[in-house]
Amino acid sequence: MIRYLLPLGIFIVLVALLGVGLRLNPREVPSPLVGKPLPEFQLPQLRDPDKTLARADVIGRPLLLNAWATWCVECRREHPVLVDIARQGNILLYGLNYKDQRREALEWLQRLGNPYVASGFDGDGRVGIDMGVYGLPETFLVDARGVIVHKHIGPISREIWARDFVPIIERLGRGDS
Amino acid sequence: MRALRAIVVAVSVAFAAAAGAVVFEQREFESEAQLTRYKTLIHELRCLVCQNQNLADSDADLAADLRREVYRMIVDGKSDDEVIDFMVARYGDFVLYRPPLKAKTVLLWIGPFVLGASAIVLLIVQLRRRRTAQPKATPLSAEEHARLHALLENDDA
Repeated sequence: MIRYLLPLGIFIVLVALLGVGLRLNPREVPSPLVGKPLPEFQLPQLRDPDKTLARADVIGRPLLLNAWATWCVECRREHPVLVDIARQGNILLYGLNYKDQRREALEWLQRLGNPYVASGFDGDGRVGIDMGVYGLPETFLVDARGVIVHKHIGPISREIWARDFVPIIERLGRGDS
Repeated sequence: MRALRAIVVAVSVAFAAAAGAVVFEQREFESEAQLTRYKTLIHELRCLVCQNQNLADSDADLAADLRREVYRMIVDGKSDDEVIDFMVARYGDFVLYRPPLKAKTVLLWIGPFVLGASAIVLLIVQLRRRRTAQPKATPLSAEEHARLHALLENDDA
């Protein structure tokens, strides 16, 4: 009996493993930055190149850092959700405008609404590299001490926001991170 | 110095042509050793955007940026390990085509050998068992002989 059941068993295990493999999203590479301090950065601001946006300017309260660009189609899809999140006012949003054109980026914010307290203008993508950005949009959830507690790759939908972000933000709000 | 540079660039172009590879940027190095290191590194680092290509083969924007970083670090005199650490700190072990051996990747590294070894063990066990389990031809008893005989006789009739 076992002679026949063993191959069947192996086959089922194989199918199960392959099934799980199919469901994984290869685009979601676990970031080594989660659990680490947000990397240092200093960028000219999108709106006013004379002003800078640096790590020290944003740390102190829990925040979202959202890497975006006007050439990024998925960012367009995500944008209304970000505008909503900003309107709810439970957390501050900062933007990392990644390898974009300043004029187009400003136009986009004008037209679609600006959810960001401020956006840093990362024209050559150098800060993006420090943040491990490889596929826009990407969003970092950073706690008050400046530690990255969560990273999301791809557009944030309302479901993803409620499922992956809200519980962490509530925990951060209670101060038991 | 300038002559040496020219040679290195020429060598780089010739090398790429020989390998049939695409060259996305012209790089100038101070020595041939640096050029070799650059080539090795961009072949061993994965492009995160087009995940099944390395930095050398990918024309993705990010790959170009990362090649630039590798180049900059080599020219700045950083070691290979420093370049690799820089990439791993930002993108994780996934950026390496040859992931390091550690607790999380043990299965990846030794898995195939374990599977292969267990297959061989299984094969040997099976072969042994088959050899010992071979039914020995036991001679027929007198009684069986008689029955056989009777059957054959019957058949003829």
